[in-house]
Formats: sequence, C-alpha cells, structure tokens
Amino acid sequence: MNKKLLGAAVLVMATLLFNPVWAQEAQEVDRTATGGAQTLEDIMARQKQLERDDSFRSENLGNPANAAPTTDPLGTRGGVSDSEGWRAIRYNEIDPSTQVRGPAADVLIQDGGMPWYKLREGPIITYGGGAILGFIVLLAVFYFVRGRIRIDGGPAGTTIERFKAVERFGHWLLAGSFIALGLTGLITLMGRSFLIPVIGPEAFATLAAGSKWLHNNVAWAFMLGLVMTFVMWVAHNIPNKLDWQWLKAGGGIFTKGHPSAKKFNAGQKIIFWTVMILGVSVSLSGLSLLFPFQMPMFADTFGVINSVLATSFPTDLTPHEEMQYANIWHSIVAFVMMLAIIAHIYIGTVGMEGAYDAMGNGQVDVEWARQHHDLWVAEVEAKQGKGESQ
Amino acid sequence: MKVMISAFVAALVIAALAPVVLNQFGWSSAEQTTTESVRLD
Repeated sequence: MNKKLLGAAVLVMATLLFNPVWAQEAQEVDRTATGGAQTLEDIMARQKQLERDDSFRSENLGNPANAAPTTDPLGTRGGVSDSEGWRAIRYNEIDPSTQVRGPAADVLIQDGGMPWYKLREGPIITYGGGAILGFIVLLAVFYFVRGRIRIDGGPAGTTIERFKAVERFGHWLLAGSFIALGLTGLITLMGRSFLIPVIGPEAFATLAAGSKWLHNNVAWAFMLGLVMTFVMWVAHNIPNKLDWQWLKAGGGIFTKGHPSAKKFNAGQKIIFWTVMILGVSVSLSGLSLLFPFQMPMFADTFGVINSVLATSFPTDLTPHEEMQYANIWHSIVAFVMMLAIIAHIYIGTVGMEGAYDAMGNGQVDVEWARQHHDLWVAEVEAKQGKGESQ
Repeated sequence: MKVMISAFVAALVIAALAPVVLNQFGWSSAEQTTTESVRLD
C-alpha cells in the first residue's frame, strides 16, 4: 500500500517536473545579448501564450538623466517626438542636411503634390476639355442657325493686298506652332486618361515622348511669332471710339449691316490682345516649366497681387510649389487661348466668305474689304492715288 | 499657301535647332536629371 502511494507521489512529482510552464517559469532568460530587451525566447513564449514575467519590460521605462545629450551623434531628440519630427519633414519646417545636390533637394516631402495632381487630373481636364468641346458644338449650332457670312452682292472680282508676305509668315509661324503646342499639350495633359486605354501604354509612351520634345522646342517658334505679330500689328490694334460703334453693332454678325472698321475691327483687336497678353503669360509659365526651379515667379507675382489687392496669396513657396502653380496656370491660360483661337479659326474659314484669302495669298476681294474694312480700303486707295499722282 | 508652308517648316527648323543652341549656352532642362547633378560627396 505504501509502495503504491509512494509510486503515485513520484508520478505526480515527475509530471510536474516536466510541465513546460513550470519549466519556463523556473528558467532565467539571459538578455545580455539584447541589452535587456526581449529575446527570441520571450517572443516565442508570448506566442505560445505562456505565463511569463514581463517586469523586464514594464519596469524598463528609461531614465532621462542617463540619456545622451541632444548635441551628441545619435543622441536623443530632446523634447521632439518621432511623430513631431516626421510632421516637420512633411510640412517642410526643417532645415535638413542632404548629400543630394539640386535646387529642390532640401525639400524631403512636398505636401502639396497630391492636391496639385488631383487638380490637374480632375477639374483642369474636366472643365478645360469640356469648355473646348462645348464651344465647338456651340459654333456648329451657330453655323447652322446663322449660316456663312456672305459678301453682299457677291465678289467684285478684283483684289486688294490685305497682308504682305512677312505678315502672313509671322501669322502662320504663330498659328502653326500654337496648333502644335495645343495638340501636344492636350496629349501630355489628357493622354494618361484617354489615350492609354485606347492605344496602350507602350504606344502612348512613344507618343508622349515625341509630344514632349515637340512641345518644349516648338515653343521658341511660338514666341518668335508672338514678337513678330506684335511688332507688325500693334499700331493697328490700339483701341479707339470706332471699336465701340463696331461692338454696339455686334460686328454685323447678327444683322445684315457692316459697321465701319479700319485694318482691324474690334473683334480682331480682342483676338489680338487676347493672344498677346495670354501668349506672354503662357510663355513665361512655359519657360518656368522648361527650366525647372530656375525661373520661379509665382511667389513674387503673389507678393505684388497681395500688395495691390490686399489679398493673402502664399508668398513662401517651395520650388515644387512654384512648378505646380506654373503648371496649373499654363494649362488654364492655354485652354482660354484655345477657345479664342477656335473662334478665330471659325470666322476666318467656314464662318465668313472671303476671309481666308487674307492669310491664304494675302489678296482679298475688294467688295469683301469694303464691307468689312471700309476705312482701311479708303486709306489704301488714298495712298495709291497719291502714289499715282506723284 | 507657300508662305504658310514656309512658316510651318521654319517652326520645325527652330524646334530642331533650339536644343542645340540651348546646350551651347549651357541651358538644358535635361541637365536637372543627369547623374552629374546628383553627386554623393
């Protein structure tokens, strides 16, 4: 009987001895290799949901008195937490040292990148593209309602020189480069959304690279054309009282009458100044984009606007923000110019009989010229009369 | 028509010459992304 009891007691003791919980608790973990931090054994024990002494962590709360000075390499961060440090990087409120050389290298995170991207991919494409399509539809409706503006009584059959070769060269240099810029600009802006699903990413990559090259380089021809046409035509485009009369008569578009005009009527002057002012603006923002970070101009522009209009546009812009403002402004101005030029192309081609000849071969029908630019015809005839009488 | 085509050709010639002339003056948008402009000292 005693032997049975003794055997049972030995069995119980042996069972308890080999119980892993007891074994683990009894074992002291050597944490010198981790500097007192938890070891792999601690982690494994926690995963097995074993009872363990966690005091090595719960009581290890650090002692600020023993911390390395903030001025030492790898020292503490003083009163700044990691989260605060990352926020400072995100909002560009730090002055980092970087081995990267470049004008924008010390901006580690640019917080305005996503709002710019969403504005560019969203409202700019939607409203800009929608405005162009809507305007083309409106012109088509106008054409079918109003019809082509004809020469009253038909053409005279004799012509008068409207534009010299150099004037037409400047016009077509400006027009050709603008159309190239407009198409390549639309491919760059909208291609990712509309062309990749149709032609695939590889074909679009080739098209986009070619568009970028042409857009960047044909811009110089546009600027040259802009200067040429400004120099040649600015004297004829100074607004005067006659323009008000022309505008009040609606340019004769909605009526059968033809208000008087010199070489350029008020409508043409509006197109001229729209192209000149927006052309300079789109060129400046384009140059800023063409030479990244070299020509920042929005902080200064905002400063001037703030001083004049008492507004509060931001004047402390990172190099990236300058580029983003230039990009958005470039797109908006280009879309407005495209609308103006589409109207110009309409009235210069299908919208009015005889108008295209002015830029085609430079010779316009005398009757067309009398109906649309009567005072200019009188001036030319007076000069010719003087020349013949001398 | 001849004037128009010559203006278009002139625009393309200007586009082709522009990067060459800019490089002569040391102006290039591509330079911002070359390995030369990003050095580890």
